[in-house]
Amino acid sequence: MKLYDFIWLVPLFPLMGAIFNGFVSNRRGLSKKTTQSVALLGAGAAWIYGWAAVLQWYFTEDHTKPYVVKAFTWITGGNLTIADGSTAAVDISASFQVDPLSAVMVGFVTFVGFLIHLYSVGYMHGEPDRDYARYFAYLNLFMFAMLTLVTGSNLPVLFVGWEGVGLCSYLLIGFYFEKGWCAAAGMKAFIVNRIGDFGFLLAIFFAFYYFGTLEFRALFDAMAADHGGHYATAATIIGLLLFVGAIGKSAQIPLFVWLPDAMAGPTPVSALIHAATMVTAGVYMVARCNYFYQMSPTAMLTVAVIGGVTAIFSATIGLVQNDIKKVLAYSTVSQLGYMFLAAGVGAYVAAIFHVVTHAFFKACLFLGSGSVIHACGGEQDMRKMGGLKKYMPTTYWTFWVATVAIAGIPPLAGFVSKDAILAKAFEAGYTDLNHHGGIYYLLWFLGLAGAAMTAFYMFRLVYMTFEGSFRGGEEAEHHLHESPWTMTLPLQILAVLSIIGGVVIGFPGQLFHLEGWSFIDRFLGPVVLTHGEHHGHALSLGLEWVLVAVSVAVAVAGILVARLFYLKDPGFTRASYLASRFPLIYRLLLNKYWVDEIYAAIIIRPILKLSDLLWEFDARVVDGTVNGVRNMTVGSSWVSGIFDLQVVDGLVNLVGRSYDVASRQFRRLQVGFAQGYAMVMVFGAALLLGIFFVVNL
Amino acid sequence: MDFLVVNFAEILFYCLAVLTVAGGIGVLVFKSPVHGALSLLFCFVMVAALFLLRHAEFLAAVQVLVYGGGIMILFLFVIMLVNIKGLAPEQAYLSRLAPLAIVGGVLLGVLIAFGLVFGTLASGHGDGTGLRMVDGVEIGNTEAIGAVLYTKYLVPFEVVSVVLLVAMIGAIVFGRRTAGLEAGEGGVSHD
Amino acid sequence: MIDATHYVALSLILFCLGLIGVMMRRNFITVLMSLELMFNAVNLNLIAFSFRLSDLAGQVLAIFVITVAAAEAAIGLGLIIALVRLKDTVALDEADVMRG
Repeated sequence: MKLYDFIWLVPLFPLMGAIFNGFVSNRRGLSKKTTQSVALLGAGAAWIYGWAAVLQWYFTEDHTKPYVVKAFTWITGGNLTIADGSTAAVDISASFQVDPLSAVMVGFVTFVGFLIHLYSVGYMHGEPDRDYARYFAYLNLFMFAMLTLVTGSNLPVLFVGWEGVGLCSYLLIGFYFEKGWCAAAGMKAFIVNRIGDFGFLLAIFFAFYYFGTLEFRALFDAMAADHGGHYATAATIIGLLLFVGAIGKSAQIPLFVWLPDAMAGPTPVSALIHAATMVTAGVYMVARCNYFYQMSPTAMLTVAVIGGVTAIFSATIGLVQNDIKKVLAYSTVSQLGYMFLAAGVGAYVAAIFHVVTHAFFKACLFLGSGSVIHACGGEQDMRKMGGLKKYMPTTYWTFWVATVAIAGIPPLAGFVSKDAILAKAFEAGYTDLNHHGGIYYLLWFLGLAGAAMTAFYMFRLVYMTFEGSFRGGEEAEHHLHESPWTMTLPLQILAVLSIIGGVVIGFPGQLFHLEGWSFIDRFLGPVVLTHGEHHGHALSLGLEWVLVAVSVAVAVAGILVARLFYLKDPGFTRASYLASRFPLIYRLLLNKYWVDEIYAAIIIRPILKLSDLLWEFDARVVDGTVNGVRNMTVGSSWVSGIFDLQVVDGLVNLVGRSYDVASRQFRRLQVGFAQGYAMVMVFGAALLLGIFFVVNL
Repeated sequence: MDFLVVNFAEILFYCLAVLTVAGGIGVLVFKSPVHGALSLLFCFVMVAALFLLRHAEFLAAVQVLVYGGGIMILFLFVIMLVNIKGLAPEQAYLSRLAPLAIVGGVLLGVLIAFGLVFGTLASGHGDGTGLRMVDGVEIGNTEAIGAVLYTKYLVPFEVVSVVLLVAMIGAIVFGRRTAGLEAGEGGVSHD
Repeated sequence: MIDATHYVALSLILFCLGLIGVMMRRNFITVLMSLELMFNAVNLNLIAFSFRLSDLAGQVLAIFVITVAAAEAAIGLGLIIALVRLKDTVALDEADVMRG
């Protein structure tokens, strides 16, 4: 039996878990044991079955084509005329596919998802039963949506998952909705997402308009067959619109504002959704639709520029943040920028590679921070932490490993994938890709600077949290403890993966004259549309090693500066001195460039003013009209009343009175005088005879 | 003299006619009902004679017997019964509609006369022999009427006898002391 | 020749006299007597035509008319008795209980 024939079971398992937990455990208040068993079963089944199905597919089917499984026909419309004049039938089916890209996504999403479910068991232990069930229902629901997103074989199914993860993000960010700021954060996430989704929806419409189909395989084939650049405009439009969706979902400039606020949700949520999976959906989507970008230099450039700028912009903000989760949030935004930078230079494989490695170490970092926050009794300000390494050794070493990974130190995972991105960026400049070589060089430089900053602020975080002495007070110090195994086991697994994941999945064999050693390059190769461009190594081996050396050096430099400021200097005097020397820059970075405030002034306040205006309009004009109508009705009914009384009643009375008068006359006949009757009869007979004679003679 | 003999039937008719009309006018004119009744009786007898002229012997006899000997006697009885409280002489004996009544009556009469003048009577040439025949045998008017009355007109005969019965009962009802026109009762029995 | 026409004319005159008497006289008894006059007129007519058409039906009908007239006269006179008992008068225009 081919397991991958039922690939749709992979999203279905967590869905069933969500339904059970949502409608049964949540309503009836079943025990935590029941809830967590169901939830872990849902996530675990998705993991096991997902891996089994993918592996079976890997060893059975051809990897160059997607294996599409149609579950049911979803939407059938009529026929529509499309761009080239032909008619296309609207026939969208709920189909799922197994192909290299989906396989990779399913692989790490299910695994990391399961680990985070396990972690949540320990982390959310203090919640009441009902909320516990609600949390796991949402978490399972998220798994369902994300897996639908990555296994969908056409744009609408992907969009269903897209919207679903947005919804779950809102539900989970606003999990503690009794607190106003948490609910507001949830709403902010959802609304900002929706702005992006609008672009995505337009992209779907345009895709159908130009191609008459929304299936990925069909779109790939259409673009592959187009040698004359006939679809260039279409590709640009669709590519840009899709990217608008990605900007919203993956928190790029200018729609990244929701991600830092999203830290209001429980930490496992931040780990799963805002580090490993949901935010990477944008990258997945760009990689999936790479054929559009490959054919549109404009779109590609836009992606790269926004990605690169976001990477450095967000890194600068992260330099000075004091909340541990906010640092990680801005770090995520920055890393996502790197992924889009990769996509923008045509290195879609590198982008996906970074998605996977980022999932490992960022999830580890978030879960670790959750462990820290848990131990500090909910405290998130790093200035009140310190010296935790003696109290939480496991958390410490896993966190340290993940930080080394993200800083880009070889041979850990972060280095392999980030270096691949930077190399490709440099290559794009070197080969003058699409004649925008200059810009790509600049972007490479920005990426390098960002890498330095990443190394710096991540190690700053480690030193402030785990090194030195505890600054949170005597009381809290007594409560410091290591977390239970349900929390530390996922940390350890993810840490190990952060170490070996890079070289196992995508060993950069080309550095050693070894071709084809990168599994991910070979595996994901067929997914990308190449148009006869030679994809050999434009960079010489020497140049590649130089680039490696440069990026490692930059990272080490960042670490050393962090050591100087935060490890060797327990009171952070050097840091505060720097802050006081450049107060304006410090304040600018600390207040995240006041982006939220700018948005509030430019966009939100005018919109609120507009809605007030419209409300006024409704109250005055519309209601005024209604009231005016009411008055008219009252007036006209008064007139009607008069009319009715005088005229109508007058007529009726007239009839009555005429009857009265007439009957008074007629009464005279009925006198009871028999002879009178006889005479009437006589005259009547005479009349009849008269008429008879007149008529007949 | 010859003239008389030859036209005896016509002269007789005209004389009888005039006398009948006189009697009729007498009914109308006499103030006292007794005079009127006697005038009517005279009229009936004249009508009986007219019947004889038309070979209706039986009917002439019946006319005299029933009308003259029955109905008029009845009238005279009632007049005498009522006369004790009859109309006082100074009271008007004509209703106030009298002129109009005359007009109406004359009008109707004139109109019917028109019909007579301009219409045609059913044709026939009666000579009275048919009126005396029974099965082709000439016996006499009475026998003839009898023969036909109890065979051909049996049902009307029986019905008429019922009518007489009903009239008898009605008259008795009316004549009772306690019966009669009470206000609101029109002689209708309530079940 | 004395024909049916003459009889019809005579009958007409008698009928009209009777009619005028019914409408004209105030005394109830006289009204009934006029009524009898009208019946007689009708009989005259019937006999005349019976002779003219040599059909005994006319005479038979005349018998019935006489019979019915007699019955009706009896009842009428009973009415007079009742009226006298009620209103103490034979004036017909005072029998106006049905007035209204």
